[in-house]
This record gives sequence, structure tokens and C-alpha cells, in this order.
Amino acid sequence: MLWYTGKRLLQVIPVLLGATFLIYFMVFAMPGDPIAALYGDRPPAPGVIEQIREQYHLNDPLIVQYFYYLAGIFQGDFGVSYSGQPVNEILARTFPVTIRLALLAIFFEMVAGIVIGLVSGLRKGGIFDATGLGASLVIISLPIFVVGFAAQYFLGIQLGWFRPTVSSGAPIQDLILPALVLATVGFAQIVRLTRSSVIETSGLDFVRTASSKGLTRRRVVPVHILRNSLIPVVTYLGTDFGVLLVGATVTEGIFNVPGVGRTLYQAVLRGEGPTVVSFVTIMVLMYLIVNLLIDLLYAVLDPRIRYA
Amino acid sequence: MSAPLLEVKDLEVGFRTQAGVVQAVRGVNFTLERGGSLAIVGESGSGKSTMAHAIINLLPGTGHISGGQILLDGQDLATASEHEMEQIRGRKIGFVPQDPMSNLNPVWSIGFQVEEAIRANGIATGRKEVKQRAIQVLKEAGLQDADRRLKQFPHQFSGGMRQRVLIGMGLAANPQLLIADEPTSALDVTVQRVILDHLESLTRELGTTLLFITHDLGLAAERAEQLLVMYKGRVVESGPSVEILQNPRHPYTQRLVAAAPSLASRRIQASGSIAAAESSIAAEASTAAGDEIDLIATAEARAEALEAAGTRPPAIIVENLTKVFKIRGAGEFTAVDDVSFQIAKGTTTALVGESGSGKSTVAKMLLKLEDATSGKIVIDGKDLSAVSPKELFRLRSQMQPVFQDPYGSLNPLRNIGNTISEPLSVHKIGTKATRRERVFELLEQVSLPRTLVTRYPNELSGGQRQRIAIARALALKPDIVILDEAVSALDVLVQAQILRLLADLQAELGLTYLFITHDLAVVRVIADNVCVMQKGRIVEAASTDEVFDNPKEQYTRDLLAAIPGANIELGA
Repeated sequence: MLWYTGKRLLQVIPVLLGATFLIYFMVFAMPGDPIAALYGDRPPAPGVIEQIREQYHLNDPLIVQYFYYLAGIFQGDFGVSYSGQPVNEILARTFPVTIRLALLAIFFEMVAGIVIGLVSGLRKGGIFDATGLGASLVIISLPIFVVGFAAQYFLGIQLGWFRPTVSSGAPIQDLILPALVLATVGFAQIVRLTRSSVIETSGLDFVRTASSKGLTRRRVVPVHILRNSLIPVVTYLGTDFGVLLVGATVTEGIFNVPGVGRTLYQAVLRGEGPTVVSFVTIMVLMYLIVNLLIDLLYAVLDPRIRYA
Repeated sequence: MSAPLLEVKDLEVGFRTQAGVVQAVRGVNFTLERGGSLAIVGESGSGKSTMAHAIINLLPGTGHISGGQILLDGQDLATASEHEMEQIRGRKIGFVPQDPMSNLNPVWSIGFQVEEAIRANGIATGRKEVKQRAIQVLKEAGLQDADRRLKQFPHQFSGGMRQRVLIGMGLAANPQLLIADEPTSALDVTVQRVILDHLESLTRELGTTLLFITHDLGLAAERAEQLLVMYKGRVVESGPSVEILQNPRHPYTQRLVAAAPSLASRRIQASGSIAAAESSIAAEASTAAGDEIDLIATAEARAEALEAAGTRPPAIIVENLTKVFKIRGAGEFTAVDDVSFQIAKGTTTALVGESGSGKSTVAKMLLKLEDATSGKIVIDGKDLSAVSPKELFRLRSQMQPVFQDPYGSLNPLRNIGNTISEPLSVHKIGTKATRRERVFELLEQVSLPRTLVTRYPNELSGGQRQRIAIARALALKPDIVILDEAVSALDVLVQAQILRLLADLQAELGLTYLFITHDLAVVRVIADNVCVMQKGRIVEAASTDEVFDNPKEQYTRDLLAAIPGANIELGA
């Protein structure tokens, strides 16, 4: 297990290098001069421009710039944004907000998705199942910005149940609505995955054997059906995490959440290379680590899998 | 005599389908006395397993009891509530399921699953007592080092071990009735024997009544006092086991008795050679045409064929074949160890052994699906290790495999016509029209109608599928067919048909068979020579008659003794 974890962590290095280089390259290949964008209509003195160019190594070839940047990262320095703020500070301010939002969303989609999926699966073909399937299909079909705006308008503005936008500091109660919106995509998938997995497991021989031992239904369902059905659901969480990060960018924009997504979006618009690359690097790193954790969790859930 | 423990009256079980209700059990009646034993015998689809599931009220899917009564100690289980059934299952009726591989939950430890059964039935409370009882139960079921193995998971157990665990779980609460649904069908014969012996002594000690379900008539007669033969949901014959076996009245039972390879004693003679023999005899003496003459003539014809085969160069020569697998972290494992044998053209050699004895690895190396570590394989005069890829391609057309699982070896997305003609198109033989002709010819050879050409595998029965697999193997007119457990997954009657088909094809086309099986009973009716394998080595090799009449090795004797029903005398 330890050896496997180590090996997987080593694998992270080339993936991370490749990802950062690609992003770095793409950001700097974007048309438009970031310094011109920074100052808008009133161009600064030529000396200032030259100074900024020098400071950010913008006159060097791309590959050299990349290595300057990489060297910085290894010293824990993610550079300075064009507006003069250290990227480290921006990261420290925005990541906790997004992590809170993501955890809340995962919690919602897991609890609701698994419960509804389990009931649907156990009552296959019933009214509950048909309704659940239909609803999840509708939710899957709707793009997240539609769900987001609709929720904001109806639940936030018309009914006034939630604050339509998130106040500064992003307290948990403000994050509930954005988290619910963010959870919709994964929720529908988890319902369907749990449902089909529960149906499949229910028909397996060992479930019948468990009942033949004299176990009550109340014990067979969680211990023998649900437990086994969760294995594919957990695997899905790895992919889902990526979807969640993308969804966060949109959701944070709609609800004005001061998190990673919104900041990244604005940085992309402004062509702020160091900020974009740093954010994406950390996101890629998080994605890799979450998936590693899920692979390790997989071995815990299914004893037949042993990593050597 | 006290009231019977189990009484089934006019039981009807149906399955709701889109086309209406399909009756799986139609009006079955039987009684089972306290402490007695009853075996239900029938082929798959006869409703015997459905009956077992109906008794414990765990019918799969849309199955439901549509009529009749199941009286256990006077209580009708057909109308019992789910809650009442939960009290009965485990406590009063223990259940040992069919397939040890799929009946234990892979994510829980063995100990957890046994303890769960003990706790549910209130046999013991408190962690320590439950654990004590679990160890005791498993030890009784024949798992020696139970205390050490409680923490292990099902995948760390062999099939035989798992079946012991399942038997232990079934008996954990000392039920009055134990239903054993094909408890050993998935196991090797020797393991089967040990498990059944153990089950028998255990139930006798505990005074448990046994309801035993099997497709093997020999096994049923050996293990149960009473026999119930089922066919298409009905009971066609019932009574004391030995009586039924010696004097079967119903035609279906007669066919079952005749087909059971465990009860047969002679090699199948190809009907083709019978015809040939008949005609030659008819030419000499047209008056004599009795059974006796047939037998002598066909036996002579076979002997002549064997003699003739002996003078030609052998089709397969295997010399000092060895295969070593490297296992990560555990060094090396020798699967095949210095194996040598020869197969003469037009004859059948059986490779017999338990699972894990290396027989399938030999087959894989012969087909060059696996490379030999050392040793030599000569097919038709060509050394397999030295052939070029081009030659190998040609050689493969002369040597075709048929595998065990007729469900897994046919592509479900290809229709039968395409499946059979695929080898022809791979080897670019003939045009579309001639290939089609060949497919029809092959279907005829394996006695299947031409109309199957456009059908798909899932529309066919297991026996039909295996015929398709044989037709596909014959498509390229091979000289050698390697049959890897080709009849092991089939019912006795279907098995008998396929074996006869193989014998006919051999006589007609002069095929050479390498027949791999764990079932010595089948060997007797199909093989000319036998090689017995144990732990990668051939421990005994001789003609079939010699092996059966005069086994030299203890291991062979064990295998022979394990054939169920071998000691039962049959009536004329």
C-alpha cells in the first residue's frame, strides 16, 4: 500500500509538469498585450512598460519564462499578479471558500443521490423510481448556468428563502444555495449510478444467501446491498470532482462567490498569466490527489483489490 | 410415525413475464419425513431450484407461489408473512446454495458473514460467544484452522473452502431442515466427495432432515433415500432411490439413467461406424442383425481403427513440456512439469485432473496461446517453437479449440452464420457463396437446422451453443480438435448428445481429439487413452480400459472412487 502510494505520488510529477507547461503556453499564446489591458485607455509611460516587462521576464523566450516561473513555484512563490498582489495571497483567500463550497456540494449530492438512488433501485419500476429517473434526466439535460440563474431568481429573489448573492467572507448559510446548484450535476449521475448498481447487486446470489441465513430486510439492505453498490459510486466521485471544479467557475460567477472559480475567470479575461497558471496548477494537483485518495479508498471498500 | 416435517401440496410457482405467466412448478406434491433425505433430480429448467427457493420464499424477480401449500411442521409457508419467514429462515430451514463463488459477499470477511447468521438467529449474544460459535460452526463444517481464517475474505478461499463456509452458515442455527441446492456442482469430484461425506455425517449427527437438489442422478441416488424426478415443472417419478435407478418407469427417467455418464461403462461407438459395421455384416450374413452382433462389430471396428492409427505418425507429440509462471512476490509456480505424451491420428486422448492440475495450461500451449518455458510440442511433424508466424497461421487452421462455457465463447453481437464462417473469412477461404454453403454443411453435421443462420447466441440453449462452437471449430476442416471442458457445463442429456456427436464426427472426419476434463465419468465414454494429471505432472497414462479397470496410482483411484453413483448396481 505504501509503495503503491509512493509510486502514484511520483506519477503526479510528470502530469503536473505537462499540465503547467500546456497551460502556461496557452495563456501566453493568447492574443493581446496584458500590460495594455492592464492600463486600458491611458497608456503608461514607455519606461514603465519596459520596467514591467523586465520584472515579469516578458522579453525572454517563452520556455525561459516558464522555467523562471517553475523555479519560483518550487520555492513556494507563485509569482505576483499584474495588479501587484502576490498570487500566494490570492490563493490563500480564495481556496478555502471554494473548498467549503465543493465539500458542501459533495455532501448534498452524496446524501440525496444515494438515498434516492437506493429507494429507486429497491422499488424498480415503481412510481418513485419513474419520477426519480425522469427528474434526474431533466437535471442532467439542463446546463448548470440555467439551473443557477433559475435557482437564484426563484429561490433567492422571488421566494426570498436564500440570499441571491454571497456576502463577503462567504459564510456557510450563504453558500447553501450555490452548493445545491453545484450539486445538481453530480446528484443526477449519482442517483442513476446508485440505482443501477443497487438493482444489479439485489439480484446477486449472495444477497439471497444473506436472506436465507435469516437476516431481516433491514439488515440485508444496508449491509449487503448498499455497501456493495457504493463501490462504483465512490469511483465516480473522482471524475465528479473535476466536473465540480468546472461547475464552481460558473456557479461562483452567478452567485458572486469570492472563490477560485470567479477569480480564475477574471484572471483569464485579463490575461494574467501567473495567476491563471498558478490556479490551474493547484487545481490539477488537487484533482490528482483526490483521485489518488479515491483509489486508496477503493481498496478499503473492496478487499479483493490490493495494490502492490 | 410422527407427522412429516415438510409437506408440499399441489405447489404451483409462476414467473410473470411480458408474454404472461410462465409456470415453473406445476402441481408438485411430496412429503419429507423427519430425519429423512430426499433428492430432487432434473435437468436445468426443470423447476428443481425454483422449488427450493419457493420453500424459503426467496424466489427471484417476478417469481411467486400461485397455488398450493408448503407445510413445515403444519405451518403454511406459502402464505407466511415476510416477518414470519425471517423467523423461519436460518432457524428452521437452513439453505446451502449452488455456486460457492457467487454466494459469499466479496466485501465482508468470512467471520463477519458467519457471525451475522449466528446473531440474526439468536444462537449466541455478545462478541465473544458469537465468535466462539462461528469458529465451532466452521470447524464442524470441516474448516480446520477456522479461528485463523475468520478475518480472511472470500477471495482468499478456494471453492471447496467456500462451500464449507456456506454449509457452516446453513447449519449455524441447527435447523430442522437443510436445503442443499446443487451444493457441489461447481467443485472437483474429489472435493465434491469429501464435502458430501461431511455433509452427510453432519446432518446424521444433528438429526437434520435433508432436501437435496441435483442434476446428477448417480449423486442423488448415492446421497438420498428418496428420489423425486422433475421434468418441466412436474414430478414424473418418485420413490426409493435405488428402486428408481434400477427400474425407472417413466421414459424421461429412463433417458436420464441411460445418459448419466457416471453410470455408463463403455465408450460411445460412433453411429457411423455402427452403420459401416452393419453393412459389412449384412454383406456377409444378411440374417444376423441382433444387438450382440452390433456390439461386437462396432467394438472390432473401433479396435481396427485404433490399430491403424498406431501405425501412422502421431498427430501430436509433447515432450518434456514445462511451464513456469512467475508470481510477483512469491517466486515461481510450475504449472506444467515435464509432461510428455503422444496422440495418434484419429484417436481421443483425455487429459484428466482437478482444477489447478495444469491441464488447461497444456491446452493453451498446444494452441500456442501461451509459450512453453521448456520442452517440445510437435504438431503434424512441425515443431511449434520453431514455426514462422506464417506457418503458425496455417497450423492454427488444422487445430481448433472448443471451450467450456458455451455462453462466454460465442460473441453475442454476431449471428450464428457469421460466427461459424468467421474462421473461413479470417483464413480467406472461398467466396461469400461457398462460405455460406459450408456453414449450412456444418450446421447439418452438428445436427442443427439451417434456419439458425440468422439467429443470435442468446436465442439458443446451452447445448445448441456448444454445437455451434463445435461447428465453428470444424469450419476449417481441422485434423485436431482441442476440447477444453467442452461438455462440463451441460446437462446430462445434452452432454450425452454432444459426446455422441463428437464420436460420430471423429469416425466421419478422422479427427484427433485432446479432451480435457475433470470428470472421469465422461472420459470413460469418449476417450481411447487417458493421461491423469496432478500438480502439473502426468501421474498415470494408459488406455481408458486399463485406467478404469486397473488404476495404478492412488490419485487415480481416488478420482475414480469420487465418481458419484459408481458403485450402484443398475438393473438390466
